[in-house]
Amino acid sequence: MTHARIVGGRHGKPDSLDAMTGVARFTDDLVLPRMLHAKILRSPHAHARIVRIDTTRAEMLQGVHAVVVGAEMPMRYGIIPWTPDEQALAADKVRYVGDAVAAVAAVSEEVATAACRLIDVEYEVLPALTTPEAALAHPETRIHEANRHGNVTKAVQLAFGDVEGQLQAADLVVEGHYQFHGSTHGMLEPHCAIGHVDGRGLLTVWSSTQVPHYLHRELSKVLGIPTHQIRVIQPLVGGAFGGKSEPFDLEFVVAKLAQKTGRPVKCLYTREEVFLAHRGRHPFDMHYRTGFTKDGKILAVDAKSVLDGGAYSSFGLVTTYYSGQLLGSPYAFQSYRFDSTRVYTNKPACGPKRGHGSVQPRFAIEVQLDKAARALGIDPIELRRRNFIGENSQTINEFHIGSSGFLECLTAVEEASGWKERHGKLPRGRGLGVAGSTYISGTNYCIYPTELPQSGVQICLDRSGRIRVFAGTSDIGQGSSTMLAVIAADELGVELDDVRVIAADSDLCPVDLGAYSSRITLMAGNACLNAARDLAGKVRDAVATKWGCTKREVLLAGRRAQRLDNPEVWMPIQEAFILAECAFGTMGATGSYQTPKEGVHGEYRGGTIGASPAYSFTAHIAEVSVDEETGEVTVEKVWCAHDCGKALSPVLVEGQIEGSCYMGAGETVMESHGVMASGLRTDGQRRDPGPGKEGLLAASSLLDYRMPTTLDTPELHAFIVEKPDPRGPHGAKEAGEGPLHSVIPAICNAIFDAVGVRIDALPVAPEKVLRALREARKS
Amino acid sequence: MLRLSPLHLHQPRDLAQAVALLAEHGPQARLIAGGTDVLPSLKLGQTQAGVLVSLRRVPELLGIDLQDGQLRIGAGTRLAEIATDADVLAHLPALAHAASRVASPQIRNMGTLGGNLCLDTRCRFINQSDLWREALGGCLKSHGSECHVVPGGQNCVAALSSDTAPVLIAYGATLELLGPQGTRELALVDLYGADGRHHVLLQPGEVLVAVRVPLPGPGTRVAYRKWAVRKSIDFPLVSVAVRLDVAAGRLTGGTLAAGALNPRPRVLDLAKWAGRAVDADLAAELGQFAFDRCRPLPNVPYDAEYRRERLAVEVRRAVLELGVIPS
Ligand SMILES: Cc1cc2nc3c(=O)[nH]c(=O)nc-3n(C[C@H](O)[C@H](O)[C@H](O)COP(=O)(O)OP(=O)(O)OC[C@H]3O[C@@H](n4cnc5c(N)ncnc54)[C@H](O)[C@@H]3O)c2cc1C
Ligand code: SF4
Repeated sequence: MTHARIVGGRHGKPDSLDAMTGVARFTDDLVLPRMLHAKILRSPHAHARIVRIDTTRAEMLQGVHAVVVGAEMPMRYGIIPWTPDEQALAADKVRYVGDAVAAVAAVSEEVATAACRLIDVEYEVLPALTTPEAALAHPETRIHEANRHGNVTKAVQLAFGDVEGQLQAADLVVEGHYQFHGSTHGMLEPHCAIGHVDGRGLLTVWSSTQVPHYLHRELSKVLGIPTHQIRVIQPLVGGAFGGKSEPFDLEFVVAKLAQKTGRPVKCLYTREEVFLAHRGRHPFDMHYRTGFTKDGKILAVDAKSVLDGGAYSSFGLVTTYYSGQLLGSPYAFQSYRFDSTRVYTNKPACGPKRGHGSVQPRFAIEVQLDKAARALGIDPIELRRRNFIGENSQTINEFHIGSSGFLECLTAVEEASGWKERHGKLPRGRGLGVAGSTYISGTNYCIYPTELPQSGVQICLDRSGRIRVFAGTSDIGQGSSTMLAVIAADELGVELDDVRVIAADSDLCPVDLGAYSSRITLMAGNACLNAARDLAGKVRDAVATKWGCTKREVLLAGRRAQRLDNPEVWMPIQEAFILAECAFGTMGATGSYQTPKEGVHGEYRGGTIGASPAYSFTAHIAEVSVDEETGEVTVEKVWCAHDCGKALSPVLVEGQIEGSCYMGAGETVMESHGVMASGLRTDGQRRDPGPGKEGLLAASSLLDYRMPTTLDTPELHAFIVEKPDPRGPHGAKEAGEGPLHSVIPAICNAIFDAVGVRIDALPVAPEKVLRALREARKS
Repeated sequence: MLRLSPLHLHQPRDLAQAVALLAEHGPQARLIAGGTDVLPSLKLGQTQAGVLVSLRRVPELLGIDLQDGQLRIGAGTRLAEIATDADVLAHLPALAHAASRVASPQIRNMGTLGGNLCLDTRCRFINQSDLWREALGGCLKSHGSECHVVPGGQNCVAALSSDTAPVLIAYGATLELLGPQGTRELALVDLYGADGRHHVLLQPGEVLVAVRVPLPGPGTRVAYRKWAVRKSIDFPLVSVAVRLDVAAGRLTGGTLAAGALNPRPRVLDLAKWAGRAVDADLAAELGQFAFDRCRPLPNVPYDAEYRRERLAVEVRRAVLELGVIPS
């Protein structure tokens, strides 16, 4: 008798009903006795020096318990230890409209808000630089004085092979200029944090973060208290998508105000503050030259990108590398060069959003391929097949590719969409477009240099028949806690409901680095598998002793221990656990995961950044209709096939594919995060406030920032492709970010198929389409 | 999160009480019906009020009645009801359609017709937070001294954003008002003034009680077309109602009422096309007419030039929609 495995079963998330019925507790649902509420005063200037802050009037307001200013937490921090350019509250300078300047703890949010208005700040207004062009043209106006290279935060140039030679040898060179606009995460739950200091001085911070471990470290650094004196707890998080993957002002503020007042302090962002905190997708300005042979082989890729970074570094160092390093597959390049420059501007800081740093270049290259396919008369899918890099291969920038189901992904969407019969043959106004992509399953290296494991998991089981999994992992709705339960339940022979996952509490759980770079399934999954195997071995041992057989003959499955060769011989799993506990004492095991150091990446400088133990692969086909009178583009259908190695939870993988496609489609046709107008105001005066007033967000509410509603989303077809990678648990790779990438170029390529125009500057707004159609008619 | 400043809420049980409360509290009092417009603007500090007088429990404002060749719709009637009411669907289908295009299902369940007609004007420089407006330095409609849409202008030109106003104007609706001085009637088209700071020309203390719409004759048809980026939630960026009166296959008259332009709807008479057949040529001409006569301003958050072109397309499509009139 075989038992249905939990791994790969069509289960949902055990905790989803809580979220659906409103009983789930998010950070803002937590209320502590005597809790105060904090509000943060923010800068109305895009760029200004703080001359003086006077908090007297605010402190005198009834109901105010404490006020904090930047000088009290001067230590600079940053998620990337090499670029610490942020302060919890700006002490000397503000760098975007919304930069945090001071904060108040009071008996209510109303009083705290009123008190913020009573804080007097004198500013010396500085010229605001709101575009990369302005920031590069005016290095004398330094957004960060300590920065060595004007307003350039990071520049990376890497070259592999003879790009110029290959371009000359090419039968076709496609040259294109692409603009990728900014977009933000739009998670449902605004950031929220609570700080509390107990009688012994232990600081506890509850935060809706996706990186509790990094928050823990930065709290220690900024507040100057050792990490063992700090406990970080991440309650249920209502979405993050990269927008909560570094520390934010409010976490330091609640901690500091809790210290100052001796009372718990909560801060909940308004929606506008979420837009200001941002850390969303960088606007990219890209210039690409791609050389092809006449049969469509890629000879050379030459990429030049300028990244609009906003006011702080955030993950920018990594983003700048990713903008080039993640392009090396799924296609083989004969030569490759990229030159990426990230620039500071006086706007909310950009950072990682789902598909960090690689969604923008993917857009450019996939449109380049489409242009080449047209020019060479090769089917765009066929052109991609011809360039496939292959499994167990090495990219030109020396990343090792393990398993790859890219060809299977292409075939899946080709067949499902009826591509062969329909591409290029639909009536005018309707079109199909294809694109492919790849993404990392975690990065090979931790953000800070360390030999420590990337992930640790502890599992305990006991006489109740229950299993408890303790992990530092951050479930932000993607289902990482479900993933741990699936792996543990599968190994230990129980049902999903028998596993309790206790996650993201630094006092209870071993460290995991957090929910970023699509790392948890591969890394914490492996750690969990190790611990679970260890325990399962002991349980089987104890049962084998009882049955007088070998351990290999004992199978744990379906809440039973049974003889492999004779299913009639079995005992309830609880009995097996009791036997094990009698034999070995209290049952616990730990597992950890460290990335492989051999055969992953090249040894050149920067060669480690973007390298991953395993890569996922994706192909998209989009079908659009274009209204030629209004210029409006409707994304009618999307087919997406994604190779996640092994779907531990197929329902969750499908959910990630669908969510990624919706998100990508939204940022292609409607969403835009940016400021209203720009330009250098050289006199630094404010006497002419007008539409030119720099640095004001064009959309800072969910009404103005137009994310698709359910009526605006395409019909979606998700396909799972499984090419197990030996480095993943049960072969699993990532599924949370990869399936976003290629939907964007697929839509743009479909527009070309529909009406023969290219929109190379995103978003695809109707007025741009109209303009392009008009120009096409003219020529 | 955003908090409402402390205020007093009154919940009168009838219309007389509501009017009395408004009179008693004077300018600091505001009516609240569904609250879907007034509460967000209070929270964002775009408007102030110390006292709210709620119309939720005022029975006289409810109901849709067919009487004397008119449809009388109580100002407190929810948009969701208007969108699905059998009489509205039978006699004023374009109104049902317009009501169904307001915001989202949840908001239509709360929002009322009266609130929709008295909806505040909208502009990208005012529908923002305190911080944003402070950073801008304010504008005529908030605490500043300049209009950023029309620099140097004396009036606020924020846009009328009601989805039902253009269509009700096209249907020739009139309003029943009750104030301290008693009742009066007003053509809906006269409700609106040119200054977006106080574009609703109700007298102090006046309540909109009901909207009366004469039932259109057999040759009259109205179409409403709205464009916004999303298919739900969004306020109109382009909004136009077209009424055509047709007899024996020929136009006898008509009206075009466009919203989302200025504080006041742009109402254009189509009488000069009398005698024409309703066909593609007429549609194109009326589209061009709208293009020539309406100039969207950079007030609502979308490219003004595109909105102008789009308005022409929507007018044309509205006429084509109406072209199926049996002649
Ligand atoms: C996210 C969002 C999207 C929206 N989208 C749209 C949209 O697409 N189209 C659209 O038209 N509207 C939209 N709205 C605005 C609003 O929801 C609707 O216009 C709604 O009909 C307002 O009705 P209400 O009863 O809620 O008005 P309230 O907020 O209660 O009142 C609005 C104004 O009318 C006054 N008022 C109300 N009733 C009376 C009365 N009987 N007599 C005199 N004055 C009165 C109030 O004093 C107030 O000034 C949207 C709102 C939101 C929050
Ligand atoms: S139209 Fe002018 S005055 Fe009116 S809200 Fe807009 S900017 Fe302010």
